[in-house]
Amino acid sequence: MNDSEPIGGGQILDAVAARGVEIIVSVPDITTSEGLLWPIASDKRFRLVRVCKEDEGVSICGALSFCDKRALLLIQYTGLLDSLNAIRAAGCDYKLPVCMMVGLLEKEPGVPPTQSSRFGVRIVEPILDAMGISHDLFELSGDTPRIGPAIDRCYRDSWPGALLIGRRI
Amino acid sequence: MMRRDLAFRILARHVREEIVVPVYQAAQEWRAIMPDHALTYYSIGAMGQASSCGLGLALGRPDKRVLVLDGDGSLLMNLGTLVTIASQAPRNLVHFVCENGMYEANGGHPIPGRDKLSFSGLARAAGYRNTYDFAELGAFEAAVAGLLREEGPIMVGLKLVPGEPPPQDYTFIHGAPARETFRAALKR
Repeated sequence: MNDSEPIGGGQILDAVAARGVEIIVSVPDITTSEGLLWPIASDKRFRLVRVCKEDEGVSICGALSFCDKRALLLIQYTGLLDSLNAIRAAGCDYKLPVCMMVGLLEKEPGVPPTQSSRFGVRIVEPILDAMGISHDLFELSGDTPRIGPAIDRCYRDSWPGALLIGRRI
Repeated sequence: MMRRDLAFRILARHVREEIVVPVYQAAQEWRAIMPDHALTYYSIGAMGQASSCGLGLALGRPDKRVLVLDGDGSLLMNLGTLVTIASQAPRNLVHFVCENGMYEANGGHPIPGRDKLSFSGLARAAGYRNTYDFAELGAFEAAVAGLLREEGPIMVGLKLVPGEPPPQDYTFIHGAPARETFRAALKR
């Protein structure tokens, strides 16, 4: 696959599974619905935990880390914003590896998030920066090799991290 | 109505290898009663998250029973958790709710819906396998051993009043040593 082509859901899921992630905790996001969440629902490599609200997922992922289980919280950026206090507490105060994959709803492909016309999208990275949470943007096939290291960083550092999905998959 | 400390003392007599997940006031009381129970998970984080933490532990360690000691005000902040828990249906989860009808740690203000709300009713409607309510120590004492063996998820509503004020030590509850003690105990 050409590195400049849009990133594919299969590539992402293979990279996630390769890093030992067993459990996906999610509230649906239209950015990642077709390419990630629906395939996850039938992918035997993962257990899918559908939660009602994203902050539940923060706590579930944090608690699973005590059981040596790797989990990924798959949400929309609106859910990230709604869950900041839970992330602050479990992730930052308690230093737990809350690994999040966050769909940037309606971010324009190829446009940096901070330059999006969407206010909500523009503030995501500055908020993560203020909390000291690392983030990586994934839009193209050539971005795929950075998925594994981003997940590993969360667990190695025992700290939250955000994998931002910048286009509809 | 039961005194919370007395109800917890009854529960504590039956707790051995179970993971216990107490919210803030319950955590202070639980720690005063069972200070050496290393399988106590104090790391609730944001208010309302105890049952979600408990669900994560129940999914991650299906070989362990997980006892969540929730509060009524706390649970109101995260009611969706009832649906999530029922959906996942962890057989090893017992969800206690300490119902004192107030935000005890925040000035004693009444919770919304006090005297009208049924937490066990909400849990039943969400799909918990079973629900119970106790307002008398004798009835709770007679039932507690069976509750801890019952297939979950179940909810146990405890109609409570605060007991003797326990020492308040949030530094311990939020501190790294409490987490490391739990982590080490879970690996044993």
